[in-house]
Amino acid sequence: MTEPLAFDIREYLRLELMPHFMCPGCGHGIALRALLWAVHELGIAKDKLAVVSGIGCSGRVGAYIDANTYHTTHGRPLAFATGLALARPDLKVVVITGDGDCLAIGGNHLLHACRRNLDLTCLMFNNEVYGMTGGQVSPTTSATRLTTTTPTGNAEPVFDACRIAEAAGASFVGREVTRQVPALKNLIKSAMSHVGFSFVEVISDCTEIYGRKNDLGEAPEMILHQKADMRPEAFGNVADQPFRPNRLTTGILSQHDLPEYGETYRARAALLRSGEK
Amino acid sequence: MTTELQPLHGNQACALAAVAAGCRFFAGYPITPSSEIAEHMSHELPRVGGVFVQMEDEIGSLAACIGASFGGAKAMTATSGPGFSLMQENLGYAAMTETPCVIVNVMRGGPSTGMPTRPAQGDLMQARWGTHGDHPIIVLTPASVQEIYTETTRAFALSERFRVPVVVLYDQVVAQLLESIEVPPAEQSVAADRPWAAAGNGFQPYAETESLVPPMVRPGEGLRVHTTGLTHAPTGFPTQAPPVADRALKRLLEKIEKHRDVIDKSDAYRCEDAEIVIVACGITARAARRAVATLREEGVKAGLFRPLTMWPFPERAFRAATANARRVLVPELNAGQLILEVERLTAGRRPVAGLNRVDGEPLAPRQISDRVKELARHD
Ligand SMILES: Cc1ncc(C[n+]2csc(CCOP(=O)(O)OP(=O)(O)O)c2C)c(N)n1
Ligand code: SF4
Ligand SMILES: [Mg+2]
Repeated sequence: MTEPLAFDIREYLRLELMPHFMCPGCGHGIALRALLWAVHELGIAKDKLAVVSGIGCSGRVGAYIDANTYHTTHGRPLAFATGLALARPDLKVVVITGDGDCLAIGGNHLLHACRRNLDLTCLMFNNEVYGMTGGQVSPTTSATRLTTTTPTGNAEPVFDACRIAEAAGASFVGREVTRQVPALKNLIKSAMSHVGFSFVEVISDCTEIYGRKNDLGEAPEMILHQKADMRPEAFGNVADQPFRPNRLTTGILSQHDLPEYGETYRARAALLRSGEK
Repeated sequence: MTTELQPLHGNQACALAAVAAGCRFFAGYPITPSSEIAEHMSHELPRVGGVFVQMEDEIGSLAACIGASFGGAKAMTATSGPGFSLMQENLGYAAMTETPCVIVNVMRGGPSTGMPTRPAQGDLMQARWGTHGDHPIIVLTPASVQEIYTETTRAFALSERFRVPVVVLYDQVVAQLLESIEVPPAEQSVAADRPWAAAGNGFQPYAETESLVPPMVRPGEGLRVHTTGLTHAPTGFPTQAPPVADRALKRLLEKIEKHRDVIDKSDAYRCEDAEIVIVACGITARAARRAVATLREEGVKAGLFRPLTMWPFPERAFRAATANARRVLVPELNAGQLILEVERLTAGRRPVAGLNRVDGEPLAPRQISDRVKELARHD
């Protein structure tokens, strides 16, 4: 038995920043734990880890990680990360983004990051709402949900981020719930080990704003809703998902071995240089 | 003497100068009349171990450049009006996080899609004030292919040294000119790196230093810091404590003011005894120079003051150049932008007149000299 060294989250946190800003029960903290646990088990040196985040409660999470952390502009972390990863292929670049950050204002960058297949891992913390700005509707807010900008209940259909990512060419796509921390940790490990662009949708809960507004109970009850909804990948999509209809298939949803953009670029550049000698 | 003469197109000179300065990352999105810069960079960069990437838009282009610069690469993007508008948010981010980057804006007719293939100088104020909030920025305005070369290399040197975004701003005519230029020897063009931080106890990424330019952290080498566009304390972490926020912004602005002796650059032509001083940049300055020569032949005491650093405006040199002038004339390819700064600095001490053209054509020397003569009649 080769048990990995015990995971002590404090080794990966900037403890001087505690207490953190998150509301009690916020799923983003759980997602952060899963990420750091994955980093630990993969043995990634903190010096070599670069976390690029957007704007939102999800984006604020990056600051707590004792690594090279970049809190960028709303919707653009994937574009910033593209430059960083191309300039510094020695770094392990992880993007933390929210459902609004990634799918609304940043939707175009997501499509092209998927298509380009640069070696990056994108973690989208999906809490179905714009948490940071006080609970407005997002592209993943479930039908009929109340938000501060859908006073009569949301009438817009939702995006399935994983299907978008897959269709746009992401070579790794997965989804997991914050309820299952070990499973989420394992999925993030697989994503970070994958060579190419990996997209992970993390189902998170905005307890204070979304949960309260929709009478979904306190944090423990919201976590139980995740259980009621989630279906491991093997079961396929099923209809009886009361809280997030048809959208909680979990696990690795697709994985392909495709040419990684940075490697391809560097190989061609080397060929060009050798041809000119 | 290793300087060689080479016929170059303006945008090509920009790309070659960038590579010579040490630029190893370019991200851009095609737009007339700047696209040749991207095309040249896509050819040059892989040859020197750099990276070119065509992004999905200009927002992503500048974001990618800043990301590459986080990693230590000298980075550049190039665009024109509509793309420059899209870049404004991330331009402010670069200013706030003190991430070096060079942005080329080849000005065409505006607003909106305007006249893509026509020259204009309508982005002078946008280049200074386009992003929200008070912010430091340096803007350079070359007027020839030669100057595109030297000012692009200077843009990298300034951006790195002061950790500030630098905009190279020129009009479509200069961009598309083909002129023989002196390409300086490579070692003269290469820009020194930004100051790098060395690991040490109690390191703070935004601590006050003598130069007001804090050394930057290169990721992967032992210092792990946080970079944010939120107002941040010397630790790099967000703060809203009024005294800390106050100092944070003031340091950003002061770091430019403190180094005006290095940043300012201008050219005064026959201003010593000039009774009328023309203030112009870019292609308009070239027409104005010709006008001055003709006027002098006709006995009119005219001179030309030409800012090469447009922002911050070279005030001291401007004051010296206009000290004895009875009047100032500001010809420009817009409805009146540079004139606002000239009026501010002149502060009513002498009359300032404008000469504006917004029809997509450059001002001709004759138009400028006629206007000077017309003004002289009032004296
Ligand atoms: C350009 C721009 N537009 C709007 C905002 C305001 N804003 C900040 S966070 C946010 C939404 C964040 O939602 P999401 O990405 O879902 O993150 P969460 O807070 O839910 O984690 C918005 C609209 C901004 N910072 N920048
Ligand atoms: S507002 Fe919502 S998403 Fe933001 S910290 Fe609170 S619970 Fe989490
Ligand atoms: Mg959200």
